[in-house]
Amino acid sequence: MSEREPVTMMAATTRLDFEFTAGVAMSKNLHGYEEGKFIGQRCPKCKKVYVPSRGSCPTDGLPTDEVVELPNTGTMTTYCVVNVPFAGQSIEIPYICGQILLDGANLSFMGLIQEIPIDEIRMGMRVEAVWAPPEEWGPTLASVKYFRPTGEPDAAYETYKEYL
Amino acid sequence: MSGFPDLTSGSRPVGVVSFAQYDNVRREDNRNEVEMLMPVVAEVFGNIGITKDDVGFICSGSTDYLIGGPFSFVAALDAVGVWPPRAESHVEMDGAWALYEAWVLLQEGEIDAALVYAFGRSSMGHLGEILSVQLDPYYLAPLWPDPTSLAALQAQAMIDKGLASEADFAAVASRSRRSALDNPKAQVAYDRSPEALLAEDYEVAPLRRHALPPLTDGCAAIVLAAGDRAYELCERPAFITGIDHRIETHSVGARDLSTSPSTKLAGEKAGVGAKKVDVAELHAPYAHQELILAEALGLGEGVDVNPSGGALAANPMMSAGLIRIGESAQRIWSGQADRAVAHATSGPCLQQNLVCVLEGV
Repeated sequence: MSEREPVTMMAATTRLDFEFTAGVAMSKNLHGYEEGKFIGQRCPKCKKVYVPSRGSCPTDGLPTDEVVELPNTGTMTTYCVVNVPFAGQSIEIPYICGQILLDGANLSFMGLIQEIPIDEIRMGMRVEAVWAPPEEWGPTLASVKYFRPTGEPDAAYETYKEYL
Repeated sequence: MSGFPDLTSGSRPVGVVSFAQYDNVRREDNRNEVEMLMPVVAEVFGNIGITKDDVGFICSGSTDYLIGGPFSFVAALDAVGVWPPRAESHVEMDGAWALYEAWVLLQEGEIDAALVYAFGRSSMGHLGEILSVQLDPYYLAPLWPDPTSLAALQAQAMIDKGLASEADFAAVASRSRRSALDNPKAQVAYDRSPEALLAEDYEVAPLRRHALPPLTDGCAAIVLAAGDRAYELCERPAFITGIDHRIETHSVGARDLSTSPSTKLAGEKAGVGAKKVDVAELHAPYAHQELILAEALGLGEGVDVNPSGGALAANPMMSAGLIRIGESAQRIWSGQADRAVAHATSGPCLQQNLVCVLEGV
């Protein structure tokens, strides 16, 4: 009778592939980046502008059908200085990740902040988008290279305290 | 207002008062889940003239495995708009089980109405691979058996025991797809004889293409209301007089696949046999499973089985069971039926089963 070691461990690898459907509203936002535009949508009830919108106002549950083009400028409501290296990192550390609230928007999104020394970064800083050359625009936020300070006076805390 | 039926389960009469479902499609290319759900939620409220502020509880059924993203059920709440914050829950199961949870909460008497919804898309990944991940991880899942292959083992077990033939499977498919011609939400409907269907090639023997469900993207929603509130919202509510769900072992190889003891037990607990059944909507994704379910529930002659076409007409993952309850309720509202049995299933080869008996007064 052959002596065999008991099985104490098995590897059963699993891989599932998916196709993502961005949706009607999000597709409008993504196509906006192909034209160098920030495209959001407004709730018909509470009038909040979401950029990007997922198609619905999460407060009212209503379709955000009204398309709104937003400007290149906004306020950095809060930020994080990244000092930790990680796999796949494409930007040299340290760098700044900021929450960008575009003027007229009611939803902030994360963006890279450049052209400012790390020790001068602060909440409420006014920023503007620096777009990649038009030939590099595609249906992705990567069409925006980064955001940089405009040099305007900082926004008052009251104007962005709901968006931290 | 004309009273309430006798209850087998629970002590508070709770009725289905509104139902809506998405147009079942092979592949929804444009809308995301929230954009699919929004019109369905608007319709289920609009049908009875209420808003989200009129329900005390929201419960949903879905699974992240279909979408390939975590917490998709949280994102889906955007279709309702949950502000101010409200009581909400989710089951990683067909929406019929979400309805069960809402029914339990309504039994407690704190709230009078609840929204139940479910969504799922078969088109975003390879459904056969995704469903194999739910199997026992040591002996079965590493083999990646797809649901059709497992269902074929079940069909073969029926043939081996002399319980049914391939012609019987074709008869179920022929009748279901013909009934589906009257269902505007059906994805697959046709008028073809069982003999014509038997000429098809096998997908996985002994199952031919006609015995398989379609791949469907869809979603559905139901409003439940208790007591007098049900009559305020609906002329003839479909009251849940009995509801129960049972499960069998995870191990497919340890079951007698030709029968469904969990359905039988759930049917008994829900009181299916207490009175005449007019309509039965059975969640049988594969044609032969309808025969197993009808046997387990003791449905005899005179029962109109799957007048909607059932899951063979459209099989939106996670909502096909909830839709069976909605289709049954519609027939009570219209007066076509006084008493209906709705069934939902989950897992491979009818592993888990829910039975819901609905009655109008």
